[in-house]
Amino acid sequence: MTTPLVEMRDISIAFGGVHAVDHVSVDLFPGEVVGLLGHNGAGKSTLIKILSGAYRADSGQILIDGKPVEIHNPRDARACKIETIYQTLALADNLDAASNLFLGRELVTPLGFVDDDAMEAETRKIMARLNPNFRKFSVPVSALSGGQRQSVAIARAVYFDARILIMDEPTAALGPHETQMVAELIEQLKAQGIGIFLISHDIHDVMKLCDRASVMKNGKLVGTVKVADVTDDDLLGMIILGKPPTRAA
Amino acid sequence: MAEISQNTPKKRGLIEALDLDMRLIGMIGALLAIALAFNLATGGNFLSPRNIFNLTIQTVSVAIMATGMVFVIVTRNIDLSVGALLAICSAMMAMTQARWLPGALGLELGSPLIAPLTVLVGLAVGTLIGAMNGWLIGYLTIPAFIVTLGGFLIWRFAGWYLTSGQTIAPLDQTFLLFGGAEGTLGETWSWIAGLALSLVALWAIWSARRSKLAHEFPVKPLGAELALAGVAVAAILGFVAVLNAYAIPKGKLRRMFEAQGLELPDGYSAGHGLPFSVLILIAVAVAMTLVARKTRFGRYIFATGGNPDAAELSGINTRMLTVKVFALMGFLCGLSAIVASARLQSHANDIGTLDELRVIAAAVIGGTALAGGSGTIYGAILGALIMQSLTSGMGMVGVDSPLQNIVVGAVLVLAVWIDIQYRKRWGKP
Ligand SMILES: Nc1ncnc2c1ncn2[C@@H]1O[C@H](COP(=O)(O)OP(=O)(O)O)[C@@H](O)[C@H]1O
Ligand SMILES: [Mg+2]
Repeated sequence: MTTPLVEMRDISIAFGGVHAVDHVSVDLFPGEVVGLLGHNGAGKSTLIKILSGAYRADSGQILIDGKPVEIHNPRDARACKIETIYQTLALADNLDAASNLFLGRELVTPLGFVDDDAMEAETRKIMARLNPNFRKFSVPVSALSGGQRQSVAIARAVYFDARILIMDEPTAALGPHETQMVAELIEQLKAQGIGIFLISHDIHDVMKLCDRASVMKNGKLVGTVKVADVTDDDLLGMIILGKPPTRAA
Repeated sequence: MAEISQNTPKKRGLIEALDLDMRLIGMIGALLAIALAFNLATGGNFLSPRNIFNLTIQTVSVAIMATGMVFVIVTRNIDLSVGALLAICSAMMAMTQARWLPGALGLELGSPLIAPLTVLVGLAVGTLIGAMNGWLIGYLTIPAFIVTLGGFLIWRFAGWYLTSGQTIAPLDQTFLLFGGAEGTLGETWSWIAGLALSLVALWAIWSARRSKLAHEFPVKPLGAELALAGVAVAAILGFVAVLNAYAIPKGKLRRMFEAQGLELPDGYSAGHGLPFSVLILIAVAVAMTLVARKTRFGRYIFATGGNPDAAELSGINTRMLTVKVFALMGFLCGLSAIVASARLQSHANDIGTLDELRVIAAAVIGGTALAGGSGTIYGAILGALIMQSLTSGMGMVGVDSPLQNIVVGAVLVLAVWIDIQYRKRWGKP
């Protein structure tokens, strides 16, 4: 088979005495969607925050295209073309959509000043694609609904030509219609060869959108399965019991 | 868009169409009300050119520091050490110009090198101490309140040791030009400066509009834009006219002529015009506004104040940002120290006492939220002007100073309450 886009090997991190992620290995191929499943507190967000540069692993290795990389901070991750939609969305509430979309990567004029109008124009373009009903371009994102805020966070992750996309509960604040739009977006991005880690607690979403699923419990990896080989109940069993399904193993 | 604004009440629709800044209008309204009330109470003295001139030069030092305090507070920090920093910068500069340069380095008194070297020393000391504060806060994660409370105790008394507690005077003649009344542009150059500023303002308004049109974004009606431009130009030129109308006293004019070996012609008179210290404040205001709105640094300051985690996750080095913000605050304290000591024509150990509170109050009256993430440069300057107007006005009508402090304290609390109501009503951060 081809080289994985991302390999996280034997990753561990502890906060105080809590082993939030404990010797976990996951991988991701181009054009693949891998679901990360597990109860609250299983360590899913912490695992992907190591990939996105928010945390540094205590031990373990990250490989991109088969080559070891050092991701010390979010800038390193961005340089590796890794984009993240955080569970908390990570928006600066006092800034408008465009400022958030370009935060840390502002467009500037030839004199080096930030070019707000150009950024707003770009934001309007991508929003027309992702959320055509979005109108609130010149108000702080604190004035937006949960769904609108989520679409700003999604736009930020998609705009910069990511190769690896991390989505931590991207549909948590969305209604059924918007959730459907995110599902379509995932299909599109997948078709472009982007690899996606999709964290979700909705097993149906995972069964529908993902190629493989990795299940975590108490910081440990329970197992990784091909979604086509398992049933909803198998996944549920892995989440609750913390054991790989006997049939699929 | 069109349908939406028709459905909303007419008044609100108009204000939104003109995109007026209600906070700015409110503050200018408050300032005008205060000025008119005191003018009435003083029989026209409060708004005399002489008083406006004095009011302006008294405001400069606090206003300069208040612009820096906006950034400090926006990033969810506080700086209690600015008055003490001003004192140590003033002490270092006094020693430099009156002792070290003429003594150890053997420069003659009155040498043209003294003023620039002194200014450099003051700015460097302020910037360094500020950067150190920022490092303690950003990298060692000691709370800003504690670091700067320590600085509040340390720096004024470090200055005391430096000068052995003595008042240092006289200061260098060129240095005194930064104080206000001693250094002004004169009438002609003040008009030129006023026209130049007006052109800059017009250019800023025009280029913002052009850029919006180029992207096909909605713009204000042309008439409204022209009216705003007219108000801006009228305000600038009106201010120049008032400062030009304040005549230089005869005695001082005579001395100025004699200094050049001339005799004062009969019936000759001249106005002060723009003081250099006010030009410095204007430059600081323009530069800080540009930094806040048009640079990455400014954008990161506001992002960090709004959500520090989000800023961090966006790749912003928030620790280094803290160092830069406090270094800038320190630089502005150095600048204020130049203006303040030159205005007082001496360095005394109590220079800038209570300034930390005035500076914080100015920023807060100007709408800077202590929760972080919001604040404006113009607001802080107007806040400083409002406080100075209240203090001076009360002094002129004979309110004794304990009551002056009580009133200023009450106004601070009232202003914050009004600001909270404003935020609720207009949903602005
Ligand atoms: N910054 C942190 N400091 C301390 N503990 C943390 C931190 N982040 C996560 N944890 C702990 O790590 C565990 C895993 O959390 P998390 O990754 O958020 O789980 P999930 O996303 O699967 O719900 C939890 O016990 C959580 O309390
Ligand atoms: Mg989580």
